[in-house]
Amino acid sequence: MAVLETHELTAFYGDFQALFGITFALDEGETVAIIGANGAGKSTFLKAVAGLLPRQAAAVRLAGRDIGTLPAYEIVKLGLSLVPEGRRLFSSLSVEENLLVGAYGRRGEGPWSLATVYRLFPILEERRHTPSTALSGGQQQMVAIGRSLMSNPRVLLCDELSLGLAPIVIRDIYAALADIKQHGTSVVLVEQDLVHAMSVADRAYCFMEGRVSLSGRPRELSRDAIHAAYFGL
Amino acid sequence: MFGWIDTVIQGILLGGLYSLYATGLSVIFGIMRLVNLAHGDLIVLPAFLMLALVGVGVPIVLALAIVVPLMYAGGYVLQTVMLNRVLGRNILPPLLITFGLSIIVQNGLLEGFSADTRFLNVGPLQSASLPLGGGIAFGIMPLICLAAAVAVIVLLNAVFYRTAVGRAFRATSDDVQIAQLMGINDRSIYALTMGIALAVCAVAGFFLGARSNFDPSIGPARLLYAFEAVIIGGLGSLWGTLAGGIVVGLAQTIGAHLDPEWQILAGHVAFLIVLVIRPRGLFPRAVD
Repeated sequence: MAVLETHELTAFYGDFQALFGITFALDEGETVAIIGANGAGKSTFLKAVAGLLPRQAAAVRLAGRDIGTLPAYEIVKLGLSLVPEGRRLFSSLSVEENLLVGAYGRRGEGPWSLATVYRLFPILEERRHTPSTALSGGQQQMVAIGRSLMSNPRVLLCDELSLGLAPIVIRDIYAALADIKQHGTSVVLVEQDLVHAMSVADRAYCFMEGRVSLSGRPRELSRDAIHAAYFGL
Repeated sequence: MFGWIDTVIQGILLGGLYSLYATGLSVIFGIMRLVNLAHGDLIVLPAFLMLALVGVGVPIVLALAIVVPLMYAGGYVLQTVMLNRVLGRNILPPLLITFGLSIIVQNGLLEGFSADTRFLNVGPLQSASLPLGGGIAFGIMPLICLAAAVAVIVLLNAVFYRTAVGRAFRATSDDVQIAQLMGINDRSIYALTMGIALAVCAVAGFFLGARSNFDPSIGPARLLYAFEAVIIGGLGSLWGTLAGGIVVGLAQTIGAHLDPEWQILAGHVAFLIVLVIRPRGLFPRAVD
């Protein structure tokens, strides 16, 4: 059963239309990758789903409930959390304070708490009182993921986790993602890094110019088909 | 020589009053990037409210205890029903709203209390002083005022840095969009912010009335001093705001000591000098 669905979702920045009717589904426990070139609308899609952009009332459903009219701070309480592109930690807050702010949107009981986030990323416990701006890029990404987990989401949206990180750090982050999935969390992964995205995804959507240009299981998608859907060639 | 020491002491004490004016402004700007042009009038308003309460026989301290929560509630409602509607990417609408509010408050007070100059009678404390010898003395009331300014800042910092809701305030100030993603309703944080700021305005209004005379027209000048204190101190730091208030207070008393006509001007000149030397103020926050 789909835990997150969108139906003909459109989104605008002022007069500029960024999404032209995206129909999308994410099943319980599934990991779906969204790939596509720069400006294809991937991040816009995540923002629209999370409630940061205006959208139509019935276009987004979370666990069978229309969330198209809800503000972002209500949506997170229903179990959907976004790890934003570029990490965007609270710069005047320490590592632990960043994580604690993530707990504002907490929905009931769940597997994630300060203790379990620290078990997932032990380095963060060592640096819990450090200002978030003093961390390396990889550590900041860990805080951003941990901060979103603190709300115990059913659905975790991840925007460009690997952006600007060294390959070895990316490997650690993706290892953590496997742990997160084991807790039953459904994951949507927006990536420009095809190899990583395809290696963990159960299914993939390819976006081009605000539309879905291809979707399917990674193994069933040929390199040529992805290429065509990615670049429109 | 003693004259100068006295001048410096009076300047620091005056700075306590100015930093009380400025603290609310600093909190409002720091958390919601809103410039409240009615801030000065919202200091004068509670002074008149206390005057009215005293007029019907309420003891002054009780009047303060009534007006502080009243202003808190007023701030909460003002933000919820009016300012939250106009906050957004464009900074002009909230400026215009608070400018209009300033005019309304001034004229409302003029209508209700006339243009007469008033003061709050706090009894024998009003003129009590602590002699230090050599013709130097602390006024008790100005001393309490400075202590109150410090106490307000200690209290606000405790709220902002030691409580869960304080974390939400700072997170909202850092990045309002991400704060919403974390489940924080920015509009209710803003309402709390305005409530807190106006509660501080009530304390400032009490000391305004207890230390000096006031009438309905003096709000904008208080706004100006508050502004200068905030900018001199550096945005985002309440201790900086206290330092900024003391700089303005010192400059004014030193100016007045040289020539009574220079009092106000000297404060503005000190402000300009700080802006030239340290454009971001004395204690700017590390980022932003």
